[in-house]
Amino acid sequence: MQENITDIWVYLAQTPLLWLTLTLLVYLAADWLYQRAGRLPLLNPVLLAIVVLVLVLMGTRTPYDTYFAGAQFVHFLLGPATVALAIPLYTYYARLKKMLLPLVGALLIGSATGVLSAVWIGQALDLPRAVLLSLAPKSITTPIAMGISEQVGGIPSLTAVLVILTGMIGALLGNELLTLLRFGDNSVRGFAIGLASHGLGTARALQIHAEAGAFAGLAMGLNGATTAILVPLLVQWLGL
Amino acid sequence: MIRAFALLLLFQLIGEIVARTFVLPIPGPVIGMLLLVGVLLASGGVPDFLQRTAEGLLAHLSLLFVPAGVGVIAHLSTLQGAWLALLITLIGSTLITIVITALVLRLFIGQTPRA
Repeated sequence: MQENITDIWVYLAQTPLLWLTLTLLVYLAADWLYQRAGRLPLLNPVLLAIVVLVLVLMGTRTPYDTYFAGAQFVHFLLGPATVALAIPLYTYYARLKKMLLPLVGALLIGSATGVLSAVWIGQALDLPRAVLLSLAPKSITTPIAMGISEQVGGIPSLTAVLVILTGMIGALLGNELLTLLRFGDNSVRGFAIGLASHGLGTARALQIHAEAGAFAGLAMGLNGATTAILVPLLVQWLGL
Repeated sequence: MIRAFALLLLFQLIGEIVARTFVLPIPGPVIGMLLLVGVLLASGGVPDFLQRTAEGLLAHLSLLFVPAGVGVIAHLSTLQGAWLALLITLIGSTLITIVITALVLRLFIGQTPRA
């Protein structure tokens, strides 16, 4: 019997099915707990799900590649989900068109702030050069951020982790901070959160208000492109 | 649902092709998103089937980041040495970026005459 269970485990641990199912179940459980706890920020379902899954992988000595072979089906949906942001964007198009120039101005300044503040604070705290370069594109969506990181000499997979952490920070604290500072406009809130914390910030903005979500999705898309152009220039300018 | 997925994937695919062809720094899905907005504007509305699937997908957007986040497991040793400095940097930088962006946008909106 003992041997059978081991055999089944050895088989299942290698299949995409187990890790895909586990990813969904752990996320559902984390989300349930989060809702039950009255949306306590510390119990953020993404954070909780990641911690639990990391512990499971470590406990079972499963390599990340084996895990990702299953979880990639969830990861893949990031593409179509990004395209789907066209729907809220379309809904608020009239409002957006009126704000076009202010949005472009805020995009350029916000994008540069995202890169420079990370590099400067990191430098002040003596982080090594490779980590600073991996930090520079942290505000934007994972695939572009990893590409930029590689281009300027960072560590792409470390960048992916820093991107997710940034997204969680923006999703956890961004809205609360803007409320504290009395930013009432949903378009302003959404744009700022989406620009600084990409898809995870956008997911949060969609929960605040559909209009905030639309502007967050727009900011995320535009900042991805802007940061891709800015980071190599700023890295050169800073002499990193 | 299948129709909506086919449509979303088609726009992602077109976006990827455009990004590769013109060597743009913008990722394919973002180009796909912008193209879809254009098509929706031209056609004057969101079909029901697309609305429903998009809402369903976006309602669980944060789940989609879990697999990449679990990748932290490969960097635990790097993070162990510098986790506090990294955390301060990320929190500081993210909050500064959010506040500056919101301030600038509010300032600029104030200066633009409303139509």
